[in-house]
Amino acid sequence: MLSEEILKKTPLYDNHIKLQAKMVPFGGWEMPVQYEGILAEYDATRNRVSIFDTSHMGEFMVKGDVSKSGLDKIVTQPLADMPVKTCRYGAMLNDDGGVVDDLIVYRLDDEEWMVVVNGATMSKDEAQFEKHITEQGVFVNHSGHLGKIDIQGPGSRELLSSIVDGIEKLEYYTFNIFNVLGENVVVSRTGYTGELGYEIYYPQEKISALWERLLEKGAAPAGLGVRDLLRIEMGYSLYGHELSEDINPLDAGISRFIDWEKEFVGKAALQEARDAGVSRKIISFVSGSRRSPRSGYQIFSSGADPVGVVTSATFSPVLKCGIGLGFVPKEGYKAGEKILFGTKEKQWAAEVHARPIYKNSSLKS
Amino acid sequence: MDVEILDHYYYTKEHEWVYVEDSMATIGLSEYAQSALGDVTFIELPEVGVEVEQFEEFASIESVKAASDIYSPMSGRIVEVNSELEDDPGRINKDCYEKGWIVKLELSDLDEMSELMKADEYRNFLSGVK
Repeated sequence: MLSEEILKKTPLYDNHIKLQAKMVPFGGWEMPVQYEGILAEYDATRNRVSIFDTSHMGEFMVKGDVSKSGLDKIVTQPLADMPVKTCRYGAMLNDDGGVVDDLIVYRLDDEEWMVVVNGATMSKDEAQFEKHITEQGVFVNHSGHLGKIDIQGPGSRELLSSIVDGIEKLEYYTFNIFNVLGENVVVSRTGYTGELGYEIYYPQEKISALWERLLEKGAAPAGLGVRDLLRIEMGYSLYGHELSEDINPLDAGISRFIDWEKEFVGKAALQEARDAGVSRKIISFVSGSRRSPRSGYQIFSSGADPVGVVTSATFSPVLKCGIGLGFVPKEGYKAGEKILFGTKEKQWAAEVHARPIYKNSSLKS
Repeated sequence: MDVEILDHYYYTKEHEWVYVEDSMATIGLSEYAQSALGDVTFIELPEVGVEVEQFEEFASIESVKAASDIYSPMSGRIVEVNSELEDDPGRINKDCYEKGWIVKLELSDLDEMSELMKADEYRNFLSGVK
């Protein structure tokens, strides 16, 4: 673990301290894991509205023709057909076909792009861009200037529209430039909770005032603890758990974010892996009790030999039992099938569950 | 952090409390422990009748954030467990010193209390922990 002295602080650090958040190291950053409590923050996000500081994430700006700039080659998804002011989820791979990071591409204009990457992987992501962006493209890491607040929950539209004109019309996975407290900034209808929500990219030196205004309007502050719980209920992958350089992305189920028609870094290696056959898949599963699985526990079918591994785990407030994500063999393991999780010595009953575990999502409402 | 510490209870370094009445002890987790754990989601209680040694692990607990073991502050035989916690482990967060009690123990050696901290000692101990 990094020592505290070199942990980076987001521009909202003082706001978190003021709220008496519990701060933890996360990917090189000192981040709030919880404020009032994870279950209270869960309730706020699923039923009302909450805000998350996601300023640790990176924003890479690229100018230039999508293919001549080299950007198209970096991302596994097609980009050329993206309409302006839309977002697209994808990944970037290394030469061996491993996932360097997952990301969201924003098409700001015909030849202007923003790529949003994870905070913990930012330096290797930056190296990837520096390596592959050509002389015909301009790449700037803008992360040092932009902070980000995610406002999430079924009440997020109503709350945000009380301070931002025109937000009601914004559709899922699109964005626009809005006047937010006097700043013209990117607001996208995206998030990581499975609820209706928005991400606001905001100048770092002014973001504290925006945070305070959203709190005044009734949003509950929410930390990384509940963020993890919300995304596990939705079955969303987290880099470092379900995705990494050592996990075949086809096993991780991101095939639908890969465009085999275009050229991209890592394609040759990935093709080889595809031809060799996909061996694993990710499942959601529910524990037979309130006991939660743990990341790193093994998954068993019925025999004594493990068939897979737990990659993420938590307690689901909606089901009132432990839940997890994990890798199992590709064949079988359909919803309802009994499995076990644990160690060689001790195992507990569980059941494969349809993804997502959480059914009442307001995501596309 | 200002946590509530009851004066007539005894405490361990692992943040369990014990309240002794004659040769019977009630055991739970301190305010500091429940706050550090966060929302408790699961507890595995021992069987009634089991003998435990002082500072031996006898239960395990999970919160949304963490999983940990609970150690018995004293030796004895478990005579009662708080089975209400199985469906509502959040009682430990809401009321760790009363409704959130975990087990009752018939003590085998009252002298073991000298190994525990009184409220004041625990208060000092916590100021060193922080």
